[in-house]
Amino acid sequence: MEKKRKDLHIGDKAFYWILKVMAFGIILLLLAFFVLLFKMSWPVLSKVGPSFFWFNDWNPVTEEYGALPFIFGTIATSLIALFLSVPISLGAALLITEIADGGFRKILGFLVEMLAAIPSVVYGLWGLFVVVPFLRETVQPFLSQHFGFLPIFEGAPLGVGLMAAGIVLAIMITPTIATISREIFLTIPKVYKEGALALGATRWEMIRLSILKSSVSGILGASILGLGRALGETMAVAMVIGNRAEISASLFSPAQSMASLIANEYAEASGEMHLASLTAIGFGLLIVSLFMNSTARIIVWRVERKYRGTR
Amino acid sequence: MNKFLVSFFIMVSFTAVSFVQMTNAAQLINGAGATFPYPLYSKWFSEYNKQNPNVKINYQSVGSGAGIKQLLAKTVDFGASDAPMKDDELKSAGAPVVHIPTVLGAVVVSYNIPGVSTSINLSPALVSDIFMGKIKKWNDPKIAAENAGVKFPDTAVTPVYRSDGSGTTSVFTDYLAKVSPEWSEKVGAGKAVKWPTGLGGKGNEGVAGVLKQTPGSVGYVEQVYAVTNNLPVASIKNAAGKYVQPSFESVSAAAEGALKTMPADYRVSITNAAGATSYPIAAFTYILVYKKMNATTGKDFVQFLKWSMGQGQSFAKDLAYAPLPKSLVTKVEVTISQLEF
Repeated sequence: MEKKRKDLHIGDKAFYWILKVMAFGIILLLLAFFVLLFKMSWPVLSKVGPSFFWFNDWNPVTEEYGALPFIFGTIATSLIALFLSVPISLGAALLITEIADGGFRKILGFLVEMLAAIPSVVYGLWGLFVVVPFLRETVQPFLSQHFGFLPIFEGAPLGVGLMAAGIVLAIMITPTIATISREIFLTIPKVYKEGALALGATRWEMIRLSILKSSVSGILGASILGLGRALGETMAVAMVIGNRAEISASLFSPAQSMASLIANEYAEASGEMHLASLTAIGFGLLIVSLFMNSTARIIVWRVERKYRGTR
Repeated sequence: MNKFLVSFFIMVSFTAVSFVQMTNAAQLINGAGATFPYPLYSKWFSEYNKQNPNVKINYQSVGSGAGIKQLLAKTVDFGASDAPMKDDELKSAGAPVVHIPTVLGAVVVSYNIPGVSTSINLSPALVSDIFMGKIKKWNDPKIAAENAGVKFPDTAVTPVYRSDGSGTTSVFTDYLAKVSPEWSEKVGAGKAVKWPTGLGGKGNEGVAGVLKQTPGSVGYVEQVYAVTNNLPVASIKNAAGKYVQPSFESVSAAAEGALKTMPADYRVSITNAAGATSYPIAAFTYILVYKKMNATTGKDFVQFLKWSMGQGQSFAKDLAYAPLPKSLVTKVEVTISQLEF
């Protein structure tokens, strides 16, 4: 390797160093994010310690800050989104790879990818003016009438709240999960599918045995990437979640997520503690997203290694 | 690739050259702050630039808090804020800072009550009880008592508030804290507070959106948003016991009513102001400058401030801001003439 590089043209050498500097720049940037966010959150973290992350109150007037309601809002909306989106995404991915053919397959794949290109503020507006009235007038009254005894369907049907945010997020993360799942299904060697069919399996049995079973970890990785997107989504969530720092079991009740809280309060935050608390929330969000994304990476690598060379 | 690079560098150098030329041609003044007066300020700055081509004023509407921070860091020539600076902020400035009130804004209470399209009357206690969550239904006898002849439905009351920190919230909660001891004790006043109940909308447009969407909702927005969105607006009982609709006249009257007790630095809340025609939920918006201004830009900016008190005031109404009352303009003009540069 070393010997070869000496022979390289001067332009190639310069190019190599430019790329290297850029790559290190990205790493430095990420480190700088961590250091700066931690430093800026220090006033609150040094005062209340890590209990900031499980304290259940947020009152800028009395300067009592805790992250718990927002961690709850972030995780609850993201899990609802994942719960709704994974079956839809897998269905779409299977339809594209295994069942649809020709032009239909291309159009369908294109449309799913198009969903990812819509700006989140448009999703938010659509959520506020289409999803929310539909939930308030049709879905939530029905649920509360027939399943109102369940704590998750308690309370007045307001429309905005956890349910609306979860549904909007589900649609936003569907292209991520569907596209990655499709790529994973395509990595499965054709011989597996042909083998299953030759043994007399029906199409569903073939999908279940040779596709879904061998892509479990890949599907998990795709879902975690989708989850990562849901965790960090800001605008669309802020518009439909109802923006209340509250923990409630009911899907009808308004809540607040970490990202949308920062978007809401940062610009006009008054006082050192308020600012520090908001950056501490950002710090927490960065850690959660980093953890989610690294997990997804590791899982996808494992899948790739497993099937490399068998195709 | 090379061609691309060459043309790129040519483009960059041209832009750089034209920037240099621009700064040479005109005196550039930079400011940052509140979003609320932004439509008016951008009108002012472009109009002033037309009349005085040698002065160009840039304004970033980054929010009152950020405007104060930039003024203190001296990265801008002037700041702008909806709420006056606090004492400790003034202290940390190192040099005296002057508040120049420019125009007035009102916060209106708007609602979406099925079957009620007329303006309703609300007393301070009623507004506080509604946002406290103590009044659950619109057909509550307390509401009916102040609105003879209006038939209210049996709909749940859903308060709607600004979820983002804002001067609007600050004015509204300042009013509630003044008129209701219970509010002052349990909630308090600020740009962001812990609301006892209700839903949050992001920005004036978010609140207006939730109001339109939710039957039975009641919220507060800047007057201009209620006008442009055709939202019904409540009359509020003022300190003199009269129900008053928000209008340019009633808002200017509130400033007039507060004039007697106004401190020399204008740092005062004019909510619940005296006077029979005063609308009780209103506030100044300020431009903030150092008393000893920058030597290069100070002279031009003082000229602009004088213009804003004269011709500038006539642009206010078109953009739904209430102009300062005449008596106050005279006072502010004296303050402006005392600025040093």
